[in-house]
Amino acid sequence: MIGGAAHLRRTGFLSEGELAALPGVPGLDVIRRGRVAVIECAEAIPCNPCETVCPKRAITIGEPITRLPSLDPSRCTGCGLCIAACPGQAIFVLDYNWSDSEGTVEMAYERLPLPSPGEAVVTLDRGGSPVGAGRVVKVRQVQAFDRTAVVRVAVPKGTVLGVRAFRMRGEGGR
Amino acid sequence: MLEVDFACVGAGPAGLGAASEAARRGLRVVVVDENARPGGQLFKQIHKFFGSAEHGAGLRGLDLGRRLLDEAEVAGVEVQLSTAAWGLYDGQTLALSSEGGVRRLKAKRLLFATGASERALPFPGWTLPGVVRAGAAQTMMNLHYVLPGRRVLTIGAGNVGLIVSYQLLQAGAQVVAVVEMAPTIGGYGVHAAKLRRWGVPILTSHRVTEVSGRERVEQAAVVELGDDRGPVPRTERVFDVDLVCVAVGLTPLTELCRLAGCVMAHSPALGGWVPAHDEDMRTSREDIFVAGDAAGIGEASVALDEGRLAGLAAARDLGHLSDSEWAEARGPVVERLAALRGGEQGARIAEAKASLAARVRVGGCGP
Repeated sequence: MIGGAAHLRRTGFLSEGELAALPGVPGLDVIRRGRVAVIECAEAIPCNPCETVCPKRAITIGEPITRLPSLDPSRCTGCGLCIAACPGQAIFVLDYNWSDSEGTVEMAYERLPLPSPGEAVVTLDRGGSPVGAGRVVKVRQVQAFDRTAVVRVAVPKGTVLGVRAFRMRGEGGR
Repeated sequence: MLEVDFACVGAGPAGLGAASEAARRGLRVVVVDENARPGGQLFKQIHKFFGSAEHGAGLRGLDLGRRLLDEAEVAGVEVQLSTAAWGLYDGQTLALSSEGGVRRLKAKRLLFATGASERALPFPGWTLPGVVRAGAAQTMMNLHYVLPGRRVLTIGAGNVGLIVSYQLLQAGAQVVAVVEMAPTIGGYGVHAAKLRRWGVPILTSHRVTEVSGRERVEQAAVVELGDDRGPVPRTERVFDVDLVCVAVGLTPLTELCRLAGCVMAHSPALGGWVPAHDEDMRTSREDIFVAGDAAGIGEASVALDEGRLAGLAAARDLGHLSDSEWAEARGPVVERLAALRGGEQGARIAEAKASLAARVRVGGCGP
């Protein structure tokens, strides 16, 4: 874990400041431009599937293999292959300009039942608190993802940066 | 009495890795394991493993287990399951027991890849049905498809506690909290973040004071700890739960090493008392190797490569590999292990291992 990630170590999720310091998290200007990956990995452990899976070489770890992944947003197309490849489920793809009023957040999902496209959900932030309403727009399940589904959720533009999970409407709060 | 070249106790990643390497070089190899199924803890691990491409990164534990079993079978390894190794005679003869009775197995080289045991945590109510350790919860869920509880409190925010809590969520349970005495989370941040965003609180600087219930677990009481590590008044909270899952660390299983008179050393970084061993996993006894969690708590990929080193050294000892063939086969494994021990946590383990190797060189015999 990087030295400064005190919030992560104490609470279990990254603070705004810790996120901004990560080499895999692009700035707001980049996110506003279009579909792009956000790598919320603060873990100095030997791991590099994100680097290997990226067809555009947009993700670099290099040597030693314990370095944090860095993202070159000019190469990233937002294809999302890295979402399912990351064993830590720490990668999200944001599309700020999905529509005039909505953006999308794509994330790994390894629970059942899977949501269906069109399903209304309650979105959650990194700490698990409700953010607002969202709508599942796509569920990708292909063999290369090895039983990890990638779910794309449409949310109001203003919440794209904060939404990182969701619960189905029938599911109680925890 | 059966006599073989190489006998491995434990059919987890370390034992299977060692056995495959040795058998592939022509040694007659037998692996014994007291469990009914091979694979050690691998088949309980349904998540994708960290690692590099050479380590099969992104592979789920259960799939790595299948791959290792296939490899061992192709190499000609004989695996004897439901077979406990409970004694050692003449330094080289294992005493085994299984349903067929008691028998002996003599081997020119031995590997103890016996894994680890989970630490226990005593608190009022810890003997109530419904207090289980993480391994038991995983066995019930992931091997037998039985949900061990519906509302769960987990004790311990190391990697095991975090991973098991996530698996409990996946199995359909509700995890009301993960409680950790230390002021910080010991496990990887990504595992913690997964739990947090799906709504599971992680309470650092908290301790379980009591678990209660008439015939089984019904409630767990938790209190916050202050800077002096003592309970903060009026912070007690009670959770209604039917399962308390304890994940407070692992310690190497070293009985056979002690029986063999291997030099032991205490290493907090490796989980407690471990047999001293060199870079090739050889203990202070020339004919005995140790690998995996029994040689210091670590991850499956480390155990696998430690096993491979032991298997290669055994093959060289018995003349099945020349010095140059051995060096060629060993090189990439040593490199992979070094890469796995990069990073802050890995460096501490590498340091502990180096000091153990020094003990073997000075070592000599017996504790």
